[in-house]
Amino acid sequence: MRLAEAWRVAVTALRANRLRSLLTMLGVIIGVASVVVLIAIGTGAQREVEAQVEGLGSNLVLVVPGQLELGSAPSRSPLDLDDAEDVGRAVGQPGRVAVTLAGGETVRFGARSSFATVNGTNAAVPDVFSRAVARGEYFRDSDVDTRRRVAVLGSSLVRDLFDGADPLGRQVTIGGVRFRVIGVFEEVGSAFGVDSDRDVHIPVTAAQRLFSDDRVDALAIKAPTADSTGRVSDEALAALADAYPDQEFSAVTQDQILGTLGRILGLLTSVLAAIAAISLVVGGVGVSNIMLVSVRERTREIGLRKAVGARQRDVLLQFLLEAVLLTSLGGVIGIALGVGGSLALTTVVDQVPAVITWWSPALAFGVSAAVGLFFGVVPARRAGRLDPVVALRQE
Amino acid sequence: MTAAGPPALEAVDVTRSYPLDGVEVQALRGVSLTIAQGDYVAVVGPSGSGKSTLMHLLGALDKPTSGVLRVAGRDVAELGDDELAQVRNATIGFVFQAFQLLARTSAVDNVGMPLVYRGVRRSERRARAKAALERVGMAHRLDHTPNQLSGGEQQRVAIARALVGDPEVLLADEPTGNLDTKTGDDVMALLEDLNATGVAVVLVTHDLEVAARARRQIRVRDGLLE
Ligand SMILES: Nc1ncnc2c1ncn2[C@@H]1O[C@H](COP(=O)(O)OP(=O)(O)OP(=O)(O)O)[C@@H](O)[C@H]1O
Ligand SMILES: [Mg+2]
Repeated sequence: MRLAEAWRVAVTALRANRLRSLLTMLGVIIGVASVVVLIAIGTGAQREVEAQVEGLGSNLVLVVPGQLELGSAPSRSPLDLDDAEDVGRAVGQPGRVAVTLAGGETVRFGARSSFATVNGTNAAVPDVFSRAVARGEYFRDSDVDTRRRVAVLGSSLVRDLFDGADPLGRQVTIGGVRFRVIGVFEEVGSAFGVDSDRDVHIPVTAAQRLFSDDRVDALAIKAPTADSTGRVSDEALAALADAYPDQEFSAVTQDQILGTLGRILGLLTSVLAAIAAISLVVGGVGVSNIMLVSVRERTREIGLRKAVGARQRDVLLQFLLEAVLLTSLGGVIGIALGVGGSLALTTVVDQVPAVITWWSPALAFGVSAAVGLFFGVVPARRAGRLDPVVALRQE
Repeated sequence: MTAAGPPALEAVDVTRSYPLDGVEVQALRGVSLTIAQGDYVAVVGPSGSGKSTLMHLLGALDKPTSGVLRVAGRDVAELGDDELAQVRNATIGFVFQAFQLLARTSAVDNVGMPLVYRGVRRSERRARAKAALERVGMAHRLDHTPNQLSGGEQQRVAIARALVGDPEVLLADEPTGNLDTKTGDDVMALLEDLNATGVAVVLVTHDLEVAARARRQIRVRDGLLE
């Protein structure tokens, strides 16, 4: 009964000062909304990265020269096509080692041109990276051996250059050299502004000629099973250590990439959410402040309630409830804004993949109620301890 | 029915002093008095003599600096803040000069408020508050808020609040101080009716005519009884 009465009084008090209540809640609203939005963006980014990495293919092992640490200087690759074959034999997966040599070039068709990522690769790519060709076909080992100038284009690039016309069999120029289009990739979509549908694949030998290079950037090996990726990594590194005693190489599996990226994004999300949470604290201080004002304004009411029999904890409960109600309400409004904002972000700006998880609004609500409890204690205690005689005398 | 049973209120050599800028202001300097059950006492004295201080002590709103004060047989010095609140709630009805009603709150809710802290359910609170308002002739103003009521009506509501919990003692500090003579007389008649039902009434007044109607008069001067 006392709780019900405290609830009624708190609601009445908040209603009596609508504008002030709203302004007081503003800090909590902004804090909660930004926490919800940032967690949604962070979660969305994490899912997107996972999808991208998993979309690369299965049981993938990437081999690159140098160390795979953030901030370590990129080292020039000593790898060439023979190394790819040797590694394939060493790990027992001959023909399942893809090579890449990438560079940016302008691709032209007639009067139209577009800048694209040009990937020099070999025939193992569709198998290793699970990259499907929608129309036409991928090039073969013989095309690589004979350095044929053929190209497989990404779907966006085709749309830009050909405007609906059939690209198969047409000639495009890449970096001033003519290539014949023999295939178009299936659309894979883009993430974080990186559009994989703007890729061009050409035989690595042709790319070496184009870029005046006789090496490859990296190798990608398809392990026979998920469990064998570790063994494949070790064997590949052992083979390369024999060939290049003075050079360091790194092998990384899909799981390791996922783990590392997941940790980085998770940390980033937490840091952003923590920064946003600071505004929750600021909001809490505002609530505390307004509650102190409220206690002062209602000193006579408090004195009267105590005079007719309210105990300290009755008064304390009343003001604590008011503070919690204030921040919880702010939390609910903030959650609504945060969820709405996240949805708006995904639909309006589709580069930002926001994902609402069930726990983030629940957490935000819990935290805002706790903020009210924490920052309401001081004013509520002050109210509860008021001396009724002194309180009643106040004008 | 006076003097029957233990006294409702009892003060023995009670003092109350306030520290003010390092100096002790002695509002009461040793007061002894007894209010029997069903008593009717008027407290008179010049301004600043300590009347309100005495009333606050008798009403268990305050504790004496020294001396013994018993309310309903219990020594207030031995009671904590919350126990004191309970004693007030159970045995005292207080009527203030300034009415002290909650704004934006209906008469019936104002009157029912003491029952909240007794754990009475809302529906029953309303029923008892209504009955109390009927006793003071305010049955037709249940849902009016204080600013929709005249001064006399507000004081009636305040009296209804004081008696809603069936107190043993009703303390009124200048209940007619803010009212004109006619409404003041009405309020006095009301208090006398209550006294006739066995409730002890102690009231502070400046009006000697009003004081003369009481069974006893207590004169306070400079913190002492004359
Ligand atoms: N909280 C306080 N701090 C300091 N002095 C106080 C306090 N309360 C009362 N006093 C002093 O105690 C004395 C008695 O005050 P009290 O209010 O009891 O007088 P009163 O008889 O009710 O006067 P009035 O008829 O004007 O209401 C006064 O001198 C007053 O200044
Ligand atoms: Mg006074």
